[in-house]
Amino acid sequence: MTKADLVETIAQTTGLSKKDTNVVVNGILENISRALSDGDKVELRGFGSFKVKQRRSRRARNPRTGNPVDVPAKLVPYFKASNELKDKVNSNTTPVETI
Amino acid sequence: MTKAEIVEDIAAKTGLTKKEIAEAVDQFLKTVSDALAEGKHLEIRGFGTFKVKQRKARIARNPRTGEPAPVPERRVPVFKVSKELKDLVAAQKQPTSTPQ
Repeated sequence: MTKADLVETIAQTTGLSKKDTNVVVNGILENISRALSDGDKVELRGFGSFKVKQRRSRRARNPRTGNPVDVPAKLVPYFKASNELKDKVNSNTTPVETI
Repeated sequence: MTKAEIVEDIAAKTGLTKKEIAEAVDQFLKTVSDALAEGKHLEIRGFGTFKVKQRKARIARNPRTGEPAPVPERRVPVFKVSKELKDLVAAQKQPTSTPQ
């Protein structure tokens, strides 16, 4: 499924034009991205939440050369699915689509 | 940030009513969860990919008693953040407000 399919489905169920639906979908994605880049979290009840985690700096290795590399501390975004979404996904038995 | 705030922001930037936007936002979430429940993945360019992962059955332990507790095979929803969004978040200067 792509964003175009998503817009199509939302437009069909809401009766909104595809153009308006596209505006709303982009608005949702922009709001989430902006909140995360401001260090805020986004909580969508029944769906899940988008948050930012602090990763400590660490010393890793270049897997090819084996040389140590310093990885600086950084902020990473992540999504935590709600229990409702987890249950909904787990209740189905159709095979998982492979990418 | 909550759903209400997202609806508010979109309403302020477009000519759409809050009711229309709220419905579209609800349908957005429903469409994504329905797709995941069907085992489908959803790729949103520049944002990330929602997909389902199959977790194998395993023997875990009750942390209190130490007794083995079998965990059945299950499928879990996951979101893989796009490179663009990772870079956007990593570019911020200030530390996160509440690391919860």
